[in-house]
Amino acid sequence: MAKSTSSDAQMLIRSLRTAYAATPTNLKIIDVYVVYAIVTAVIQVVYMGVVGSFPFNSFLSGVLFCVGTAVLAVCLRIQVNKENKEFKDLPPERPYADFVLCNLVLHLVIMNFLG
Amino acid sequence: MAATAETKGPSTLRNAFGGVLGVFILLLIGVLAFSIRLFSVIKYESVIHEFDPYFNYRVTQYLTKNGIYDFWNWFDDRTWYPLGRVIGGTVYPGLTLTAGSMWWLLNSLNIPLSVETVCVFTAPIFSANAAWATFLLTKEVKGTGAGLTAAVLLAMVPSYISRSVAGSYDNEAVAIFALVFTFYLYIKTLNTGSLFYATLNALSYFYMVCSWGGYTFIINLIPMHVLLCILTGRYSSRLYIAYAPLVVLGTLLASLVPVVGFNAVMTSEHFASFLVFIIIHVVAFIYYIKGILSPKMFKVAMTLVVTIGLAVSCAVIAIFIALVASSPTKGWSGRSLSLLDPTYASKYIPIIASVSEHQPPTWPSYFMDINVLAFLVPAGIIACFLPLSDASSFVVLYLVTSVYFSGVMVRLMLVLAPAACIMSGIALSEAFDVFTRSIKLQLPNILDNPPDAGDMNSVSSIAQNDASKIDSHATTKSETVSKERPSRKNRKKEKEKEKENVEKVPSHSENKKRLLVLPLEASAVAILLLIVLGGFYVVHCVWAAAEAYSAPSIVLTSYAHDGLHVFDDFREAYAWLRHNTDVDDKVASWWDYGYQTTAMANRTVIVDNNTWNNTHIATVGTAMSSPEKAAWEIFNSLDVKYVLVVFGGLVGYPSDDINKFLWMVRIGGGVFPHIREPDYLRDGQYRIDAQATPTMLNCLMYKLSYYRFVETDGKAFDRVRRTEIGKKYFKLTHFEEVFTTHHWMVRIYKLKPPKNRIRGKLKKPKSSSKSSSSNHKRAGNTQKNPWQ
Repeated sequence: MAKSTSSDAQMLIRSLRTAYAATPTNLKIIDVYVVYAIVTAVIQVVYMGVVGSFPFNSFLSGVLFCVGTAVLAVCLRIQVNKENKEFKDLPPERPYADFVLCNLVLHLVIMNFLG
Repeated sequence: MAATAETKGPSTLRNAFGGVLGVFILLLIGVLAFSIRLFSVIKYESVIHEFDPYFNYRVTQYLTKNGIYDFWNWFDDRTWYPLGRVIGGTVYPGLTLTAGSMWWLLNSLNIPLSVETVCVFTAPIFSANAAWATFLLTKEVKGTGAGLTAAVLLAMVPSYISRSVAGSYDNEAVAIFALVFTFYLYIKTLNTGSLFYATLNALSYFYMVCSWGGYTFIINLIPMHVLLCILTGRYSSRLYIAYAPLVVLGTLLASLVPVVGFNAVMTSEHFASFLVFIIIHVVAFIYYIKGILSPKMFKVAMTLVVTIGLAVSCAVIAIFIALVASSPTKGWSGRSLSLLDPTYASKYIPIIASVSEHQPPTWPSYFMDINVLAFLVPAGIIACFLPLSDASSFVVLYLVTSVYFSGVMVRLMLVLAPAACIMSGIALSEAFDVFTRSIKLQLPNILDNPPDAGDMNSVSSIAQNDASKIDSHATTKSETVSKERPSRKNRKKEKEKEKENVEKVPSHSENKKRLLVLPLEASAVAILLLIVLGGFYVVHCVWAAAEAYSAPSIVLTSYAHDGLHVFDDFREAYAWLRHNTDVDDKVASWWDYGYQTTAMANRTVIVDNNTWNNTHIATVGTAMSSPEKAAWEIFNSLDVKYVLVVFGGLVGYPSDDINKFLWMVRIGGGVFPHIREPDYLRDGQYRIDAQATPTMLNCLMYKLSYYRFVETDGKAFDRVRRTEIGKKYFKLTHFEEVFTTHHWMVRIYKLKPPKNRIRGKLKKPKSSSKSSSSNHKRAGNTQKNPWQ
C-alpha cells in the first residue's frame, strides 16, 4: 500500500513536472516573480517571529505588500495566459497596464503605512 | 445589403436617441433626489438637525479653520471632561473630509458658501450620486431599463430620505453612496475581469471605510458571495480577479484609517474575508492543477493531497479556534455582537440597548419606509433567478442579509433600502418588458383587422410566431427596447408601431425561444395598474419626506387653535449659555445633548453622544438619580458649574429627561450599586405623582425638572405624564435656577458654592468628614462615595 502510494507520488511529481515544462516562458517568468514575493513574505514573518512585532504597522505593510504583489502577478498571469478563453479579446497591453496601475496604488498605500 | 443598411440607419439613430433619453432621465432623477430632500429647508430653515450632525458640523468647522494636519492630530478637551477625546483617532473622517473639500473647492472658485450651508446640502447631493450609482449597479445586473427604474425608486425611498434630508449631516449621507458604488465596482470587475476595476473597487472600499462603521457589512458580504459562487460551481478566473486584490488592498487601506487601524487584521469582523481568501486560493490552485494534469493523475493527486491536507488543516484550525475562543467576546465588537445576537445588548450593554434607533422595527415601519417595494421585492428575487448570473446572485444575497439586519435594528432599514430598490426595479422592468411586448406584438393585428372576440387564440398564436422572429432581433436590440421603456409617455406606443414596420424584415432565425405573450387587454390594464402603483409610491414618498422626516428636532412646531406655534427653546438655551457663562465653564447634562452643547453653546461638557465611556455616563446618571447633596458632591468633583435638564411637562414634549430617567437609573445602577432601580418604582412603574416613592421625589432630576412648576398653572399638571406631580412646593438647597426657556423646555441650574459657615451641630471643617457624615446618613450597605 505504501509502495503504491510512493510510486503514485513519484508518477504524480513526474507528470506535474512534464506538464509544467510545457508552459510558455513569459508565464514561467511571472511564476518566478510570484514565488519570489511569497518567499520574501515568509522571510519577513520569520524575522518578526525572531525580533518581535513592534512596529506592527511596518510588519503588516511589508507582508501584505508581498502577498498583494503576488496576487496581482497571478491576476496578470490569468489574463496573459493564451489558454484562457475569457480574455481572448483584450488588447495585449491591457493586462500589463492594469498590473502596473494596481501596483502603483499598492506602493502608495504601503509607503504611507510603513511609518 | 441594402436592407441591413436601412435597418442600421434607423437603429443607430434609435440607439443614439435612447442614449440621450437615458442621460436626460438620469439628470432628472438626480434633480428629483436633491429636491425631495429640501422640505425641511423650506418649512423651517437651513439648519443642522438632530444631535450627531452637530458633532460632525463642529469637526468640519475645525477642519476648515485649522487645516488637515491639525484635524488629524486633534485632541478635544471640551468634551468628556476631564478625560477628553482623541478626535483624530475615533471619528470616521469620510464625511467631514468630503464636506471640507467641497467647501474648499467652492471657496477657491470664489463662491463664498459658509461651512454650514455646505454641511446642510451635502446629504442631498450625495443622495443624487447614490441614485446614479444604483443605476450603474442595476444596469450591470439586468440592463438599462431596470437600472433607471431602480434609480428612480432609490431617489424617493422614504427610508433613505429619513437619514439624508437637507440638514441631516450624518455618516450615512455619504456612506450609502459609497456602499452602492463599491458594490457596483465589484460587480463590474466580476463581469469584465479587469484589474483596473478591481483597483477602483479597492479605492471605493477605502472611501466606505472612511465614512461609516457599516463597512464591515461589505467585507463580510463579498466573501459570502464568493463562497456561494464557489460552492455552486460558478468559480471562474474573473472571480479570483474580483476578490483577491480587494482583500489585500482593502485590508491595507482599511488599516490606514486611524479609527480602524489594526482592527482590520485582528477583529473577528474581518476574519471571514481572510478565510475566504485562503479558500479561493486553494480552489484556484485545484483548478490550475486540474488543467495541466491528465484526469487519472489528477485523481491520484487529489487522494494524496486530501489525506495530508486534512491533517494539516485540522491542526491549524484547532490553533485558530483556541486563539479566538480565548477572548471573551470571541473577537467581535459589542455593536457587531448585538447585530448577530439581538438579545446581547439588552443583557450586557444597556447603553446600546437604550438608543431608540437600535430597537427592532415594527411591522408598520416596513411599509412606512419602503412602501410598495415591500411586495415587489419577492418578484424581483424570482426575476433574478431567470437567468441566474454571478451579479444577480450577489444582489439576492445582499437583499437577504440586509432584510435580516433590518429586522434586528431599525436604523439598518437604511441598508435594506438600496437592495429593495434594485430588486423592485428589476421586477418592474421585467413586468413592463412582458406587457409592452404583448401589446407590441398584438397591436398590428388589432390595427390591420378589427378585433374579433373568438379570434383571440389565432391572434395569440400569430403573436407567438412573431415573438420567435422578433426574439432574435430583441437579443440584439434589447438595449434600445429597454431604454425606451421607462419613458411612460404615449410617445412609446407610436415608436413601437414604427419599430414593427421596420422589423418585418426577415429575421436570422437563430434562437427560436418561445416568449411569454399575454392577451392584449390584460397587458394594457396591467400597465395602467403598474403606473397607478408607481403613483401611489410617489405620493407616499413625498408625503413621508414632507411630513414625517423633515423635522429638524432642534426646532419644534405644533398647530394650535390659534395658528402655528414654534418652539425654539433649545437654541434659546444654548445661546444663553454661550453669552452668559465663562468660556471655561463646564455644563453637565444627559449625554443626548452633549454634541449640541459643544457645537452651539461652545461650552465643555461632561458626557456626549459618543457614549464611549460607560462609567462616566453612569456617574452623571447616578448624580441625576441621587438626592441634592450627593449630586452636588458628584458634580463638584467634576468641576461642573451648570446643570442642564430638558423638561417637556408644560408643553407636552415627550422626549424629555423625566421620560429618559429610567435609563439614568439603569446605567447608573449598572456601575454604582447604591442606585437600586426598585427604589424608584411603585408597582413596577416610574411615577412622579402623589404615589411616587420618596427616593424618586427627592432625586435631583425630579427637583430640577419640577422646581417652581406649580407657579405655571397652580396645579402643577404635567402634560406628558398626564397627572399632577407629587411634591409641588419645595426649595433647592444646593442649586439655583439661572435660566428657564420660554416654554420651560430647557432649564439651567448653577451649583451653589459651599457655605462659609455651617450652622447647627459643630462639624469638623474638613470636607472629607462632611462627606463621610453624609454617607453615614444613607442606608447601611451603600458603597463609599468614590470621589472622596
